[in-house]
Amino acid sequence: MSIDHLALLPAYLAVLTAVGVFLADLAVPGRRGPVLTLAALGCAGTAAAAWWVGHAGTVRRTFCTPVGCSYSADRTAAVVAVLFAVLTLAVLAFSGPLLRDGHDGDAPPGEYAFLLTCSLTGGVVLGAARDLITLVVALETLTLPLYALVALRRKVVASAEAAVTFFIVSVVSTAVTLLGAALLYAATGTVHFGHLAEALAAGPESAGPQSSRLAPLVTVGAVLLLVGLGFKVAAVPLHAWAPATYDGAPLPVAAYLSTASKLGGVVAIVLVTVGPLGPRLAVTGGVLAVLAALTMTVGNLVALRQRRMVRLLAWSSVAQAGYILAPLGAFALAGGRAPEAVGVAVAATVGYAIFYVLLELAAFGAVIALRGADDGGRIAEYRGAARRSPWPAAVLVVALAGLAGLPPGLAGLFAKVTVVRALLVNGVVWLAVLVALNAVVGLAYYLRVAATLFGVPPAGPARRPAHWAVVVGLAAVAVAGLVVGFAPQLVLDAARLTLTP
Amino acid sequence: MTVLLLAVLAVPAAGAFAAAALPARFDRAGRIVGTVAAALTFVASVLLAVRPGLWLRSGWGVGPAIRPWHEFDVAWVPGLDLRLHLGVDGVSYPLVVLTALLTLLCCGYTVWRVPAPSGPAPSGPDASAGRGRLLVALLLVIEVGIIGVFLALDLVLFFVFFEVVLLPMYAVIAGWGGPGRRKAARTFVLYTLFGSVLLLLGVLTVVTRAGTADLVALTGPGGAGLSRGTQLLAFTLLALAFAVKSPLWPLHSWLPAAHTEAPTVGSVILAGVLLKMGTYGLLRVGVGVAPQGARWAAPVLGVLAVAAIIIGGLVCLAQDELKRLIAYSSVGHMGFVLLGIATLSATGFQAALIGNVAHGIITGLLFFLVGAVKDRTHTGAVAELGGLRESAPGLAGLLGFAAIASLGLPGLAGFWGEAFAVVAAVRRGGPLWTVLGVLAALGAALAAAYFLRLLRRVTHGAATPTVSRLTPARLAPVELLSWGPLVVLALVFGVLPGLVLSLSADAVRVLALVVSP
Repeated sequence: MSIDHLALLPAYLAVLTAVGVFLADLAVPGRRGPVLTLAALGCAGTAAAAWWVGHAGTVRRTFCTPVGCSYSADRTAAVVAVLFAVLTLAVLAFSGPLLRDGHDGDAPPGEYAFLLTCSLTGGVVLGAARDLITLVVALETLTLPLYALVALRRKVVASAEAAVTFFIVSVVSTAVTLLGAALLYAATGTVHFGHLAEALAAGPESAGPQSSRLAPLVTVGAVLLLVGLGFKVAAVPLHAWAPATYDGAPLPVAAYLSTASKLGGVVAIVLVTVGPLGPRLAVTGGVLAVLAALTMTVGNLVALRQRRMVRLLAWSSVAQAGYILAPLGAFALAGGRAPEAVGVAVAATVGYAIFYVLLELAAFGAVIALRGADDGGRIAEYRGAARRSPWPAAVLVVALAGLAGLPPGLAGLFAKVTVVRALLVNGVVWLAVLVALNAVVGLAYYLRVAATLFGVPPAGPARRPAHWAVVVGLAAVAVAGLVVGFAPQLVLDAARLTLTP
Repeated sequence: MTVLLLAVLAVPAAGAFAAAALPARFDRAGRIVGTVAAALTFVASVLLAVRPGLWLRSGWGVGPAIRPWHEFDVAWVPGLDLRLHLGVDGVSYPLVVLTALLTLLCCGYTVWRVPAPSGPAPSGPDASAGRGRLLVALLLVIEVGIIGVFLALDLVLFFVFFEVVLLPMYAVIAGWGGPGRRKAARTFVLYTLFGSVLLLLGVLTVVTRAGTADLVALTGPGGAGLSRGTQLLAFTLLALAFAVKSPLWPLHSWLPAAHTEAPTVGSVILAGVLLKMGTYGLLRVGVGVAPQGARWAAPVLGVLAVAAIIIGGLVCLAQDELKRLIAYSSVGHMGFVLLGIATLSATGFQAALIGNVAHGIITGLLFFLVGAVKDRTHTGAVAELGGLRESAPGLAGLLGFAAIASLGLPGLAGFWGEAFAVVAAVRRGGPLWTVLGVLAALGAALAAAYFLRLLRRVTHGAATPTVSRLTPARLAPVELLSWGPLVVLALVFGVLPGLVLSLSADAVRVLALVVSP
């Protein structure tokens, strides 16, 4: 078996970055400057390489067997890898105030950057994974380093609790995912996406006399696989870990969890549903429609009652996961399973996810700029922030408006239009109505936070200005948000993924 | 001339940005910059009327119901069928100019006086100081949204502009309003967002079924080729959305609180032009795109419109708060506009259009005047006011003029919309519409009753202690400047309604041909 090393170049670069960061930390212990510079350059290089490989013309595949390839560096892989690299870069910038020189600080810069870039490696591989095992391994590589990162606030009990919660939930969800994959393997004898889809499409009769008894296994396997991945996107009823974990984690890590980790889950769900489980869209579509409906409704209703900033953002991100998954619910209808309809649904899901990660990143970045990187605090503590630091507050307001789907957050408005449009095109009227009504509920709590910012500031010492890295990162994210707000076609084009088996 | 179409959107947007970006110590400069932008926008909006063939009467046969004088059309987001397609015609032109005028007057008024928020929330002088430029910026952003709605010839673009208005208006009420501003602003924004999401569903239903978002094509004589079922669904969604915005009874309950708590300039914009997005949308988008749906729902709309007229009038008779009274009178006036649209006849549409413009001018003036009374006496309770004629004759005289214009005295602008709406309903024939016409006429009498009651209690009689302490008794020059144009326009349109009617006559006739039963 020959290996196409060029196809693997982005993954190699991500791994090299992780190792390089680790070695740099050994060479100049406890200094954040070299470590962060190296990590940032590595992220940028990974993104560039992924873009170049994915757009080289021919699709590079590797780790091939007669029944299919495990790794395909196509356009999908490129888009996903670039997204992860950019997210990691932004989170590194937001981590500026968290990392201090010397090992006496809370977060040692070397370990921190190492863990983050390891996670990036998982994200880069995830988009290219074309068999169930590679997919699960990539997803675990993405999330495993995060347990350690969540626990980084060493003197805070909540941080340790958050890490343990996250660890246990993740292990269970991985076990569920693996069980689903194993059942599918048992029923069909293959793990490669293309081959698996062919085997499922051929039906139980053709596979031999035994297989008809195995048919229920396929359904159970498909549902378990989706449920396991549902944990990663924090879809209701698999969401309970998210608010506690986000609130206990340092803010940049919470930002990473709610963007990159969630994006990983979404990518995995899209890859699995339209790839290997393509012939079973009726089953997965029903599951996803129910998950989406529950997720957005419960997330929004509970977010109404939150008093802590990060918990509010966490519940809002649960609700947003519902909007992200909603277009895939169209698979439950016969009309939604036509190839064209599937394309529309996938593009809407991925498009909304891209708009969402930008807005969420901007919101977290603004919170870090206003509060520092340790703890989000209570919402009441943000009173008057618009007067004290007008620019971060303005970014936060626009980001929240975007998450609510309203101007001036134009990116969010177009995201909402994209999802509702996809649902109406594919004929899922009830889910479109539910998304629309949820947008009204969502505005209620986003508005509460935004209004608090414009209150009269309490008397007290002025806050220290935000760390320069945070300012740079936030400015970049805000500019990106503005650009896609006025030119949403950029995102919609990127979101039109083509999956090569 | 297409540059003017862009200018009426870009200039206020730039002005808003410039005003907001100035630091707090240049607050007054920021307000002036914003006002200059509003003035430029007004000039540009007036110039939109200059067009080839201005002095020729074109022969209008059957053709598209929208024939823009100027048009601008470029692709924006192909993936969402969104084009930046703007155009102005006789239906939208008066509303665009009205929006630009009211915004200019409000910005100029704000240069002179920035409303201070009041109420239980901590709000020392510190709270309102140096924020006037932000209020001006928000007014300009609202202007962009409203003018955008009137100019949009793309259905998705129409929706985008419709949404632009929501949060800035919320901020105006919540930031500069009265004691109950928080709750009123929340109610306003959540209620009208509910309307907006229905609009989104309606718009996307039409766009996905018809395969185009071009309003010119969708409202053409052949229609969009939508099936009857789709039209009924689309019209229901659109009509509900616009009914929340207009507002149509029984979906009006956000309006009185919003008006009562909003600062003067907020009320003026809200009543003067923001509500018109609903009636304009119903006429242009609802009726235009789904004529079969409109025919099907017309009786319901008509009944609700008349209910709004009667109920609005009765509630006004029992109101003891000035701003609330005028807010409820708006519900009644918008009822006449909606009744005109519901008749689905050329006369009715004309009544709606001139009713829109007249209501914008007169109610804008009324809110300015009531705001001035409240600023001077610090109360809006009718019981505590009285004898205004004695201590502030100028103010009392203007209030009397505006009230009489609002109750529809012939010779003033308010008359035409209401009279034509009643005529259109009676002409439609049949027992239902005749009864509706008669009831609406009775409703107009109710309006006379409550406005005369208001005048008797506020301007006549002996001066109450509150009123006799009122300062300053004289009107400031800025006040005269900002109210003068509205007074003049109320007179001019009262004598020469043809100024508005002739602009839209042709467009309305074609629309009526398409939808009339």
